[in-house]
Amino acid sequence: MTEPLKDCLDRLRAAAQAVAGTIRIMEVCGTHTVAIFRHGIRSLLPANLKLISGPGCPVCVTSQGFIEAAVQLAGQQGMIMATYGDMMRVPGANGNLERARANGARVEVVLSARDALKLAQHNPDAEVVFLAVGFETTAPATAEVVLSAHRNQVRNFSVLAAHKRIVPAMLALLADEQVAIDAFLCPGHVSVIVGSDAYRPVVASFAKGCVVAGFEPVQIMCALAELAEMMAQRRPALDNTYKVVVTGQGNRRAQEMIEQVFEPGPATWRGLGRIDHSGLHLKRAYRDWDAFERFGLSPGAEVEIPGCRCGDVIRGVIDPPQCPLFGAACTPAQPVGPCMVSSEGTCQAWWKYQRVSA
Amino acid sequence: MSRTVPKDDSSDRQSTSAAPARLEQIVLAHGGGGELTDELIRSQILPRLGNEILNRLTDAATLELGGVRVAMTTDSYVVQPLFFPGGDIGRLAVCGTVNDLAMAGAEPVAISLALVLEEGLDGRTLERVLESIAAAAAEAKVQVVTGDTKVVEHGKAEGMYITTTGLGRLIDGVSLGHDQVRAGDVVLINGSIAEHGLAVLSQRKGLSFASDLLSDVAPLAELANDLVRRFDGVRLLRDPTRSGLSGVVADLAGSSGLSVEIDEKAVPLAPPARAAAELLGFDPLDVANEGKFVAVLAAQQADAALDLCRQHRFGGQAAIIGRVTDRQPPMAELLTVIGGRRIIQKPYGEELPRIC
Repeated sequence: MTEPLKDCLDRLRAAAQAVAGTIRIMEVCGTHTVAIFRHGIRSLLPANLKLISGPGCPVCVTSQGFIEAAVQLAGQQGMIMATYGDMMRVPGANGNLERARANGARVEVVLSARDALKLAQHNPDAEVVFLAVGFETTAPATAEVVLSAHRNQVRNFSVLAAHKRIVPAMLALLADEQVAIDAFLCPGHVSVIVGSDAYRPVVASFAKGCVVAGFEPVQIMCALAELAEMMAQRRPALDNTYKVVVTGQGNRRAQEMIEQVFEPGPATWRGLGRIDHSGLHLKRAYRDWDAFERFGLSPGAEVEIPGCRCGDVIRGVIDPPQCPLFGAACTPAQPVGPCMVSSEGTCQAWWKYQRVSA
Repeated sequence: MSRTVPKDDSSDRQSTSAAPARLEQIVLAHGGGGELTDELIRSQILPRLGNEILNRLTDAATLELGGVRVAMTTDSYVVQPLFFPGGDIGRLAVCGTVNDLAMAGAEPVAISLALVLEEGLDGRTLERVLESIAAAAAEAKVQVVTGDTKVVEHGKAEGMYITTTGLGRLIDGVSLGHDQVRAGDVVLINGSIAEHGLAVLSQRKGLSFASDLLSDVAPLAELANDLVRRFDGVRLLRDPTRSGLSGVVADLAGSSGLSVEIDEKAVPLAPPARAAAELLGFDPLDVANEGKFVAVLAAQQADAALDLCRQHRFGGQAAIIGRVTDRQPPMAELLTVIGGRRIIQKPYGEELPRIC
């Protein structure tokens, strides 16, 4: 263990000891969740510190109705569906994109929105639809391709968008009486775009500590130490420990791009339900590139998956092993709920790195 | 069948009595070499075709022919693109098959070559692949002794597919397998991980990203044969191909009844591979290798075996990366760089790049 890491771990242990009862810290972002598991950070934490994996895995919170619309669309003649890889296996009410591909649909995995637009330009005879999901991290890239498609009048390209905003979801969680969270480890990537000031309402309205951190083990450990110290001193505050890339204001240019193309509106989160202002919807001016408009689609209804407690996992009400399906009916090979599908999903991270309860 | 899956008490019985489970539909991940591939083999192939040799599910089958012990293996290659940094489908086909023989403790003798070509394939492409096959075969000291050529209609294959079958002579006195592994043994790898999978992915349609990564594809028989000839304490050789180091280590714990502890600090991983894996959201331990083997061997022979590897051109970065313990229940664990612990699980199948 390096010196800085050991220092932070010592600070964390001292602060946790000074707190009577359990400290419940939510790591909001799926990349943090995986980093925490992959580096074995949980195995080093004090017994009274509980990490809760939050709603920051974009795949996990994408509504079933949206997947349903995507699967339906993928099956249409002359269609190429371009998607981020981990959307492939997310179950809708009737199958998923992986099955659609096995049944002959053209579904292409892309790494970026720009690659999806290129796909449209290279296949002028096909309709290319980009499955635009993710938080403020990926929304600017979607905005950019919509603007580019608009500028160059690329007519065989559109986006099926389900972008979401993270702060309204955090506020909604805190307003939920079933959910007990003492502090937040705030996402690194999202914060590059929205800026650390975006979390001020969390501190101001709910008196919960917020620390923005990077993804290295030492950065995570030090942020946890700081949050525990805030708890011990009963002084919740906002801090940004990822100043190399995150500023208070965030990336103004990316924000402007989002504002130019999208407007905030209600969105349905799997597990959390409908949350006002938490979605990003394409503005009317770009409706020609809006796949919902273009193909006359509406997101299907939310259907409860029997037995699946993904919603409770995302809200931190239970840990994955407490779900009756976990590891039995629901595994990465046969996922029932979305939390088991994504490599950043809480259930998959538990299954992969920590089969037994912590 | 070039797959090893953890032994299961029921596999013998399955092959004779239980009716095969119904398979709804093949998805790509069934070919990914992970848990889903295991399931396909277990639920569909073994119940119908299982026998004493096949049921072992080793990289290569071992048979006795007129008093001579031989190893036999077969593999199909469908890699896209056909040419990737550090290699191509032809070199991959030769090396993959030769390596599977070597993992069984056999010296490669001969291979077959079956080509499925797509109508319209550029003649120059075929020439390049054949030249690469010739070069790799010469390097691996095997001859192509039989073959087959088929052409399918345009659109029915992506350029070409290759199937190679290999025949090898088992080295005298060598007996490798999960049942040979003992507590106290150490785990050795001949070099840095994750380069093949990431190099191929870096070139894949729609996924291209800038990278200096080269595939590690290489014929390992010379080094692996040397190792088992010189050290009687070698218990097991496995090549961490499609399901990566995770797959080999998880199988080892699953099949030997012993626990394995891998020290992350000791696992060689080049910075470009680390960066690319991070970009794609992959665990480097899960990513495919084509020029690596994992050896489990007696601890007292570890230093000498390491020296032998390091003198070979495919073993310069060889390292001892872990050890076998008798901790129960059997588990594969990673001791992480920061001193934490977590389990090592076999990947599910096809790697899916994450969103952000």
